[in-house]
Order: sequence, then structure tokens, then C-alpha cells
Amino acid sequence: MNSAAALLAQVVPSYTPETTFDVPANVVFAVQAVFMIFAAIRVVTTKNVVHAALWLVVVLGGVGLNYVLLQAEFVAVTQFLVYLGAVIVLFLFGVMLTRAPLGVSDDLDNNQKKIGIGVGVALLAVLSYALIESFGRSELTFEAYEGVAGANTNGRTQAVSDAIFGQYLIPFEMLSLLLLAALIGAIVLARRD
Amino acid sequence: MLLNQFLLLSAILFTIGVYGVIVRKNGVLVLMSIELVLNAVNINLIVFSTYWGVAGQVFALFTIAIAAAEVGVGLAIVLLIYRNLRSVDIDELDELKG
Repeated sequence: MNSAAALLAQVVPSYTPETTFDVPANVVFAVQAVFMIFAAIRVVTTKNVVHAALWLVVVLGGVGLNYVLLQAEFVAVTQFLVYLGAVIVLFLFGVMLTRAPLGVSDDLDNNQKKIGIGVGVALLAVLSYALIESFGRSELTFEAYEGVAGANTNGRTQAVSDAIFGQYLIPFEMLSLLLLAALIGAIVLARRD
Repeated sequence: MLLNQFLLLSAILFTIGVYGVIVRKNGVLVLMSIELVLNAVNINLIVFSTYWGVAGQVFALFTIAIAAAEVGVGLAIVLLIYRNLRSVDIDELDELKG
């Protein structure tokens, strides 16, 4: 990455390594963004339930990669563990237990496709207008992480754990209570009696 | 990297998820679309945590945990619907229509 920056500094005179424009990161972002959008569209359009779950793996992995690009390593690892490890398996179990048609099926969509496309396009237009209008071309500066992360340390993860077990301790404990309630609720609902 | 490239990607994912919730009628697929929406929100939280400090990352972790709980309970409900109706077709659940 340093050699790439040095090369770029020679080729482009106005390039300074201090700017956050980072060619490898942008290339990675572009590639995974294309993959993610394609996979997300396949999740909502494919006619095979199992394929939808497998395309969801690509989207969730891409989201984890985004977290890495945004220097949130701990959340990225949690994303891979919880989503790719647990949620996808849960979905595949759901597909299996509801005896969804395992091959191609034409009975997965209702007849609201036009409404769906209309709502989607309108929502995307409003969201992109608002985002471009308010943030324009502002750079990602990682200013909040400055001073938190020392060189070659795991400072950000330390800061996250400090925040969870300090400032956000009570919400964290409430969350564990909620998880327990969800666990008991799921068992009670799915139990045969 | 621009702030907006992540925010627009997240907006696109959110929109695709909303489209899926509207169009799909298999209960499991609707839950998958909801996962797309939740992940789009998480990207936003992480992006803004680069501005406002690690609170965004903490909230993203909370959202991941709540999403996992939601999938567990949601799939249990879908399973119950399947057991009672022999189908996970959400359009057949129209008993409140009168």
C-alpha cells in the first residue's frame, strides 16, 4: 500500500499521502459494492429459496468487508460470526422445516411487483437526493478514531469494549435479558405440545 | 474514501430490502429481506461512528444481537404458521380482513 501511494505521488503531482483518497480501498469498495448489489437483487428476485439464502451470504459478507474498510474490526468479526455463522444456518433450518420447495418455484412472489418497484424507486430517489444534498463530496476522515488507536495496536477494539462495559453497561445488560426472552419465546412457540 | 459512497450503498441495500418485503410472499424470504434492511442501517451506524466516536459501533453490535433475536422469534412464528396452515404463504393470512 505504501509503494502504491509512492507510485501515485510520482504520477499525480497533486497527490499527497495525507489525503484519505486510498486507491486500493476504493477498488475493493467498488468491486464488493457491485457484488453486494447484484447479490441483494438476487435475494429478492430468485425463484429458489435455498439460493436466496446463499446469495444472502454474499451480501452479509460484503457488509462485513465494509466494516473492515471503515476500520471497525470488532464489529466486522462479530458480523462474520453472528450472521454467516448463525443467522444463515437458522435460515436454512427454517427453509428445511417449512418444507419450502427446494427447486425452482414460481409461487414465491405476490402480484404487487409494480407497487414494489414504485415504492423502491421513490424511496431510493428521496434517500439519494437527501444524502447527496447533505453530504456531497465530504471525505471520510476517521476523525473520531484519532488518538484512540495507537500505531499497530488494537486501540479501537479496546475503546469499543470500554464503551460497552462502561457508558453502555445497562443497555448491554438489557440486551442480554432481551436475548434470553427471545430464546425462551422461540422455544415456547416452536414446541410441540 | 467519500462518506457518500457508503451511505448510497446502504440506501440501495435498504431499498432492495423494502422491495423484497413488499413483493415476497414466502415467510422465510420476507425475513431475509428484513435482514437486508437491518444490515443497511448497520452500515450507516458504522459510517457515522467514524465521525462521532465508538458509540456507533456499540449500537451496531446491539443491532446485530437484536437482529439475531428477531430472526429466531420470526422463524419460530413462521414455523408455527406452517404447522397450522401447512403453508408459509403470508398472503393467506387474511383473517383480519373481515
